[in-house]
Amino acid sequence: MKKTPLNQVHRELGARMVDFGGWDMPVQYAGVIEEHLAVRQAAGLFDVSHMGEIEVSGAEALAFIQSLTINDASQLVDGQVQYSALCYPEGGVVDDVTLYRFSATRYLFCVNASNTDKDFAWMEQVLAAANFPTVTLINCSAAYAQLALQGPKAQEILAGLTELSLDEIVYYHFRQGEVAGVPMIVSRTGYTGEDGFELYLPAEAAVAVWQRLMAAGAPLGLQPIGLGARDTLRLEKGYALYGHELSRDISPLEAGLAWITKLDKGEFVGKAALVTQKEIGVPRRRVGLLMEERGIPREGYPVFAGERQVGVVTSGTMSPSLKVGIALALVEPQSAAVATVLEVAVRERRMRARVVRLPFVK
Amino acid sequence: MEFPEELKYTEEHEWVMVEGELAVIGISDFAQDALGDVVFVELPEVGAEVEAGKAFGVVESVKAVSDIYAPISGTVEEINEDLLDTPEIINTSPYEDGWLIKIRMRDASDVEDLMDAEAYQALIAEES
Repeated sequence: MKKTPLNQVHRELGARMVDFGGWDMPVQYAGVIEEHLAVRQAAGLFDVSHMGEIEVSGAEALAFIQSLTINDASQLVDGQVQYSALCYPEGGVVDDVTLYRFSATRYLFCVNASNTDKDFAWMEQVLAAANFPTVTLINCSAAYAQLALQGPKAQEILAGLTELSLDEIVYYHFRQGEVAGVPMIVSRTGYTGEDGFELYLPAEAAVAVWQRLMAAGAPLGLQPIGLGARDTLRLEKGYALYGHELSRDISPLEAGLAWITKLDKGEFVGKAALVTQKEIGVPRRRVGLLMEERGIPREGYPVFAGERQVGVVTSGTMSPSLKVGIALALVEPQSAAVATVLEVAVRERRMRARVVRLPFVK
Repeated sequence: MEFPEELKYTEEHEWVMVEGELAVIGISDFAQDALGDVVFVELPEVGAEVEAGKAFGVVESVKAVSDIYAPISGTVEEINEDLLDTPEIINTSPYEDGWLIKIRMRDASDVEDLMDAEAYQALIAEES
């Protein structure tokens, strides 16, 4: 199994480790609920070094990226980040990604860990089929460790370890600078819905930076956070997760990502299929379901309107903040309006759930 | 981790405590630790029949759903209603406040087939 540079640190902290897409990762330390609430109320530190990083450089880098992704990368300025996705020609999703612009000729994709090799091969394939001789692709995932420092105390913790003016790094922007004496990318992004940062640093510095952050943050309530709470935190905010709300069989329009699907930006892989889908209407929509009865919706549970199955749960959990069951589900459009009351089949019982506006937790 | 000597245990990590003709059933310290934060419990109705080796209820943690299997057969005499509002007591007190159900045993000698604390600890040492 693949290990991040922090594997031993997690074990020493007593983390429960799991196989996450071929990576030996911490799923919890103190417990999912305690960790979840720590991020909402103070701060949490996540090892997300399993995430992949792919660099695109060359004079035609932007033109290539525009042909590859669904969002409009021409809107980016240096030091800005964009949420985007790669699609197949049929409109399904290869992966959802964040795109970092260093300069007009140099960009970095951050991609889902288990998709890294697939994404890199896909990018090479798209590049080979096009004519961008100046473009170079490098899979530099192994060189980077990535830490996510998330929560209302994140800035206060980070400020003590860096000369960077963190106030100047606004949401979805980044700077390069030193934290704890280590040069890195400091990005105001995250997957928790809280304020916070994602740090991209040399793999060999990961342990030292982790220790410095934990030492600086512990008095402010900083805790190490595993993948269990990472999932409940993103679900409360209604964020899609590849393999659940996004896949080869689910288009970004179905998944609630119309806001990043820029059909008027020029040609890109998947555009024709997505234009058609938009014209005739999507067959399914991603919705948020809030349980109105005791019971926890789980991935794969069928969703009913009366006697008719209208969809399926793609992710579900007990919300640690709300203390009720919440789910993301793909349902037919006529059942997707906010306030519609549906039923989730929880084992042998049908339980009422209401379609609500996302996020579940503001 | 604790494994009280006076209890009997199953391979599915339930425990049984005999009280006369009744048997109290719960899940072991090992099981609650493996599950993590328990957030929901589904139990049978009083009067329901449970069959040894068959699932009679469900314990859910934040991440996972786990069936609970009846260690022995019998009729449900009482359920732990406290678990409906405070399922987390399974984590904090798996052998006392976090008990699940009490059953009237069909055949009290069935308990003899279950593991004692020593055999159970040997089993989980193998599993972990």
